[in-house]
Amino acid sequence: MTEKVFHHALKILEDVCYGCTHCIRVCPTDALRVRYGKAYLLPERCIDCGKCMKACPVNAIIIDQDDFNDIFKYKIRIALVSSILIGQFPRHYSSRKIYSGILEQGFTHVYEAEHGAGILAEEINQFIENNKSVRPVISSFCPAIVRLIQVRFPSLVENIMLLKAPLDLAALSFKNELLERGYSEDEIGIFYVTPCAAKIAAIKSPVGEENSPINGVINMDLIYNKVYRDLKKETRSTCIVPEKEQLKAEEMGWSLTGGEARNINGRCLSIDGINNAIDFLEGIENGTITNFDFIEVRACDQSCAGGILTSSNRFLTTERLEERIIKYENDKIEGKIFNNKTIDNHIDFVKGKISIDKIEPRSILKLDDDMESAMKKMGRIQRILSFLPGIDCGACGTPSCKTLAEDIVQGRAKTSDCIFIQTSLNVAADKEIRAEKIWGKDRFRKLT
Amino acid sequence: MEFEYPIEGGDFTRAGMASSQVKKVLKQLNIAPAIIKRIAVAMYEAEVNVVAHAFKGTMLVNIMPDKVFIKFIDEGPGIHDIDLAMQEGFSTATESVRQMGFGAGMGLPNIKKNVDELQISSVVNKGTTVELTTYIS
Ligand SMILES: Nc1ncnc2c1ncn2[C@@H]1O[C@H](COP(=O)(O)OP(=O)(O)OP(=O)(O)O)[C@@H](O)[C@H]1O
Ligand code: SF4
Ligand SMILES: [Mg+2]
Repeated sequence: MTEKVFHHALKILEDVCYGCTHCIRVCPTDALRVRYGKAYLLPERCIDCGKCMKACPVNAIIIDQDDFNDIFKYKIRIALVSSILIGQFPRHYSSRKIYSGILEQGFTHVYEAEHGAGILAEEINQFIENNKSVRPVISSFCPAIVRLIQVRFPSLVENIMLLKAPLDLAALSFKNELLERGYSEDEIGIFYVTPCAAKIAAIKSPVGEENSPINGVINMDLIYNKVYRDLKKETRSTCIVPEKEQLKAEEMGWSLTGGEARNINGRCLSIDGINNAIDFLEGIENGTITNFDFIEVRACDQSCAGGILTSSNRFLTTERLEERIIKYENDKIEGKIFNNKTIDNHIDFVKGKISIDKIEPRSILKLDDDMESAMKKMGRIQRILSFLPGIDCGACGTPSCKTLAEDIVQGRAKTSDCIFIQTSLNVAADKEIRAEKIWGKDRFRKLT
Repeated sequence: MEFEYPIEGGDFTRAGMASSQVKKVLKQLNIAPAIIKRIAVAMYEAEVNVVAHAFKGTMLVNIMPDKVFIKFIDEGPGIHDIDLAMQEGFSTATESVRQMGFGAGMGLPNIKKNVDELQISSVVNKGTTVELTTYIS
């Protein structure tokens, strides 16, 4: 079960970080520490959810991206954009206009990443039908959630549906189309415009997949800023390309909360927000939440509309995309939609590649591979905890007294990292005894 | 390695808390996920039975290198006929308990399915002891 260390898109700028400890407190997997006044990541724990980035007061945490000019290495340059990008813009900019704005940046094609969702919906229903012993089936859509389950809920790994995300299907089908039209593999560059760090990490080191068909990743805020600036200047307003093909209604909403669950048969639920996700997954694991067929779980509040690389208010983004769906449905009724979707010409090809391999758990909770050693360590942790103050001040550079105790036992920290211990060491030698007198030996027994 | 947790009868808001703590410990000890899952289901059902049917109780957990032993001791009405209680669908749950989504009479059968050994002893009008053993190696 020991695997290579995972690619992380989140990077900490050491010269900007001033060790305030805000980030270590919000991390859902206790993946951050502060040492000598600087934050650092424990790579095996990080799930790239981006919570720390939002919490950082000085923008010392950034998302690594590919050089934008990399796109010009290819003859055919495809911007594979999450539909969330469309929702970022004020409503008076039509999607055609936004598409044109993206092309102006140097791309030859714009293709929305949700084009694969229609096929995926059918396949998820099939997967649920074929795997009756797996309940609930948990969506693999959000890579931060897949990683969260791997590290914190190892027993739920087998509930994750073994199907690719729409963006992979969209990329595969579009690439296949271009290959059929006679372009060669190295002429085609597919660049995913991402709303989050988790998608980058998933593309650079996919879980349960061979290599991704995507050649590079560009942060959504970068494209948004470039396009929005041009749109505001109206310099290039003369060029408006026709929208060649449209997403289906269910695809337009796929990246929003409920986007998947709405299209799946049986008893389904959608959960968004990482803390809500943790709560709910606990419930499934404990057996308190039962009898669901399918659970859509997304790390961000309002799903991808709240992605860390989005620029607009997540509720307004959701609103705009919902309006887009209504408009599409009205157009359809009025017979204004002539949709010739590329992916429809590659259905068998895409379906042949839709599965992913079994996902392995990689628990960060285990104290040791060997159970007896783990038991010894747990005993030591309880003992250490009984003389730590239990106020989770973070001054030691770990998120809580409990994590400090674990780090001490794992050899990552020293007892004297606790500033309370430091002071009491200076005051009296009998600090353990004093601490036990104040709080009692058993105070932390139940918290482990 | 031993742990002890009190369980309050009638407190459905907190039902499952003790099980949740034990599950965390099992994860830390690197017990196989599939085994944790089985133990989690069984101990939760047994914990809820104390909450739903008894006045108060205690959950004692003893983790040994080869097995996990969990004992629920409660003060309560006891079980009149244990064989009957073990049958799927048998329940004496009150209407108010049923409205909270419990009382299908599936708890004990479910426990049996998920542990290696199940021992129940009970004295009517005194209390019940439920012992679960799961082998881990
Ligand atoms: N700790 C206990 N004290 C007293 N009676 C109990 C106890 N545990 C179980 N019983 C009796 O055994 C019956 C069957 O228990 P079981 O757990 O199988 O079903 P239930 O608790 O009624 O419903 P469910 O577990 O499906 O919510 C209960 O209805 C109750 O009469
Ligand atoms: S909810 Fe969407 S934007 Fe947020 S981490 Fe998951 S995939 Fe990325
Ligand atoms: Mg029961």
